[in-house]
Amino acid sequence: MTGAARTASRAGLVSCGICELLLRPADKAAPGYCPRCGAELAKRRHHSIQYTWALVIAAAICYIPANLLPVMTTNTLGSSDSDTILGGVVFLYTSGSWPLALVVLIASVMVPLGKLVALTYLLITVQRGLPGSSRDRTRLYRMVGLIGRWSMLDVFVDTFTVALIQLQPLMSVQPAPGVVFFAAVVVLTMLAAESFDPRLIWDAETRREKRYG
Amino acid sequence: MQKEISLETVACPDCDLLQQIPPLPPKGKARCPRCGLVLATEPTDSLDRTLALTVTAAIVFIVANAAPLMQISAVGNRASTTIINGAYQMWMQGQQITAAIVAFCAVLAPAAYILFMLTVLLAVRRQPTPPWVGELLRWADHMQPWSMNEVMMLGILVALIKIAELATVDPGIGMFAVGGLVVLFAAIAVTFDPRKIWERIGWDDSSVSEGASVSRTEGGQ
Repeated sequence: MTGAARTASRAGLVSCGICELLLRPADKAAPGYCPRCGAELAKRRHHSIQYTWALVIAAAICYIPANLLPVMTTNTLGSSDSDTILGGVVFLYTSGSWPLALVVLIASVMVPLGKLVALTYLLITVQRGLPGSSRDRTRLYRMVGLIGRWSMLDVFVDTFTVALIQLQPLMSVQPAPGVVFFAAVVVLTMLAAESFDPRLIWDAETRREKRYG
Repeated sequence: MQKEISLETVACPDCDLLQQIPPLPPKGKARCPRCGLVLATEPTDSLDRTLALTVTAAIVFIVANAAPLMQISAVGNRASTTIINGAYQMWMQGQQITAAIVAFCAVLAPAAYILFMLTVLLAVRRQPTPPWVGELLRWADHMQPWSMNEVMMLGILVALIKIAELATVDPGIGMFAVGGLVVLFAAIAVTFDPRKIWERIGWDDSSVSEGASVSRTEGGQ
């Protein structure tokens, strides 16, 4: 079915992004709001590529201090000790719980990096119209959406450690600046995934087919 | 060629392919033939079961937020924390932005989701369904990705194991309640069929006629 896929956009229809009501807008440029759920209608998410790029770049910048700066400081009777994300993974590993160390490593280091790489790949392939399986790319996009929230793990670990270890003057734990960058990476990549429109993957395929017959 | 059955036409949200969703058998699923997205499911007794689960979730949510997550005791000192106290301590230690994000993902988003869902599920029992139900369900949909019970649960466990190296920790009732919330939210996601709500909401063409007049496409071409 080369180039013959019957899509809503081809049929001049707009599908509500929330309740999936199919509508024929009077003005295609400004479809207005969904009469059923009130969501703003759009053929494709507004400025999807630009917004996603902006959020991905912002997240990539925050990713550096998130990993280099300490996320918490432990004060024990005069001496203080700062830990980065990776330091926390090493601490878990040396204290004997390697499965947990692996979970934190995957959630805190590999998932955010994987999301940034995946979204960059999707953006470039859509913009350049590079050949490849649209189905696999859509699957990759869905996976980004599914795993994204898990990188918030370390923020919760730090929060509850800080809240509990306040045994002045014996021992106390304080959050360090890295944690806010880390939380920012998670929020920015989640917003980036939400602003990317997977239908653009399929639009790019249609354009490719038109060009090469 | 089934002619008498009216089929619902939808565009796949992930690839925009127009297609008709056939009537599904109980527990059946309809997938998009082009991109594989699950477009529709047919859970048994969706609205009643989801309401029961959501009411339970509301009660468990209150327990999870009121009861301590864990207690520690070290050299005569005892301390415990609740979820919101975690965010409060972050705020007091100068991490206001992180505190706000934690409070939103751990308390506000799940609370809003439960509240919106409860209101929607109770409101659709009345006939006719009030038009604001659609608006509320849309907001529930927005809250879902940000309500991170399962991530928080794992975070609590990792913190528990980390702290166990330094002091004696005991899990509190709050932690078990968070575990209950994880299960309940997963059950709601499986049982809830939003199409059952959307199809009950009537909408008025004339209300959108200025600037955005629309017509409904029914079935076929």
